[in-house]
Amino acid sequence: MGLVPGLVKGLVVTGSTVVRTVFPKRGVRTLVPAPTKGAATVQYPHVKEAPPTRARGVIALHEGNCTACMLCARECPDWCIYIEGHKEKAPPRRAGGKPRQVNILDRFDIDYALCMFCGICVDVCPFEALFWSPEYEFSEPRIADLLHDMSRLSEWMETVPEFEDYESGSVAKQLKVPPT
Amino acid sequence: MIGVLSELSYWQVTSIRVVAGLVAVLLVAGTLVYAHLFKMVSFMQSRLGPMEAGPYGSLQLMAEIGKFLQKEDIVPRRADRFVFKAAPFVVLTSTFLLLVVLPGGPDAWFISNDLGIYLAMAVSSVSVIGILMAGWGSASKYSLLGGLRATGQLIAYELPLLLAVVGVVIQAETMNLQEIVLAQANGEIFGSGVIGNPFIITQFVGFLIFMIAMQAELTQTPFDMPVAESELVTGYMTEYSGLRFLLFFIGEFATAGVFSAIAAVLFLGGWYVPGLDPADNLLNVLGPLVLFGKVVLLTFLVFWVRFTFPRFREDQLQRLAWKFLVPLALANIVVTGVLKVVV
Repeated sequence: MGLVPGLVKGLVVTGSTVVRTVFPKRGVRTLVPAPTKGAATVQYPHVKEAPPTRARGVIALHEGNCTACMLCARECPDWCIYIEGHKEKAPPRRAGGKPRQVNILDRFDIDYALCMFCGICVDVCPFEALFWSPEYEFSEPRIADLLHDMSRLSEWMETVPEFEDYESGSVAKQLKVPPT
Repeated sequence: MIGVLSELSYWQVTSIRVVAGLVAVLLVAGTLVYAHLFKMVSFMQSRLGPMEAGPYGSLQLMAEIGKFLQKEDIVPRRADRFVFKAAPFVVLTSTFLLLVVLPGGPDAWFISNDLGIYLAMAVSSVSVIGILMAGWGSASKYSLLGGLRATGQLIAYELPLLLAVVGVVIQAETMNLQEIVLAQANGEIFGSGVIGNPFIITQFVGFLIFMIAMQAELTQTPFDMPVAESELVTGYMTEYSGLRFLLFFIGEFATAGVFSAIAAVLFLGGWYVPGLDPADNLLNVLGPLVLFGKVVLLTFLVFWVRFTFPRFREDQLQRLAWKFLVPLALANIVVTGVLKVVV
């Protein structure tokens, strides 16, 4: 019989949640049912909540920073990044110098049908070429369309938020490679 | 209504009864699923539930039925085909048979049988056979475990259910459900017959035992060991898909409705409305609605409990039945019997 207070308390918790949801407090609690106001959830396709700026929605590519070093492709746990590139000779920086060798990116695809959004590629990129974007609405009726190519990944760059200080007083994260 | 029915031929009466039975089972089950399973549980979790199909998601159930009907009816290769396929129908049949003895008004009943509640309790045990058939016929370890758990549980809780009813039967001096309603309508409590004598007042202990045992008979959550989804997939329903799963699903909620109706008849005065003459013809129309309202109220309690408490362990479940509910029910019978003779 010692269980009875606990049992009643449980019923009160669920029961009062019903009351709070169906008859939400707008100034005073009225007996007009308004569950759409009382519920903690939003009706997604009609109402959209803005995700936090540092949410991990989709990975964006800063094309000019990528050197086709393949680190991200090699670290990817499910091998969903496809990179192809070739080497080219670029003119020397100073007059009389040797021509430089640069890597030109031909293909950079992320297959979001395989990606599990672990973010390891973003972490390992030494040239600040990959960024998290909070955008999350990129579902497709055809699974093949989930393979985002270089131009699509670059478009996501526009949605990448500015770096913010991690905490007050800390130095803002510095980009190691100047954006091109 | 009797006068009208006796002028009709047999097939007309039969078709009226079949339609009434289908409406009573399917409409009640649908209402319970929408009002309680879809909406009330959502509100308990501070969300809205289905909102897209129809206004406030009221046609969601139609969408669900359409979905289930489209699904393939899979029979496992090693299953006992006949037993596997027949099981949901056995369960659903016991639900329909339970309905037979329920009175909905002074003349709105299917059969008025002196066995009444005895028949209902006997028929409700038939669903155990259907569940055991499903568990055995599926040729799956989860189904078999679920079926065995269900059998153990349903047999254990059949006893307090029955013993709780005995108190009402002693007080009403009849097993006929129609006459139990009349006994409550014509009775007096605290020297006044204004609200009749709903047996929930005198038989409150019996009512509590009946509701707890009913919760277990319906395998609703604190007692859902047989379908424990986190350990047994869905118990005896594991291998079912499509239409047959839908039948189990309808059976579960229709049985909740019919059991609540029996509880309403036994303890809450059934179709009787205080202030009206129990033989008033108006009650043939009003009675079923009143009964339906009481069913919604009682199933609200059932689902409130269902969505509040976590699951019992098997030994706790059996201990509650055998060590607590059965002795309590027996004591209730003794006290009721003594008071019946003395007062």
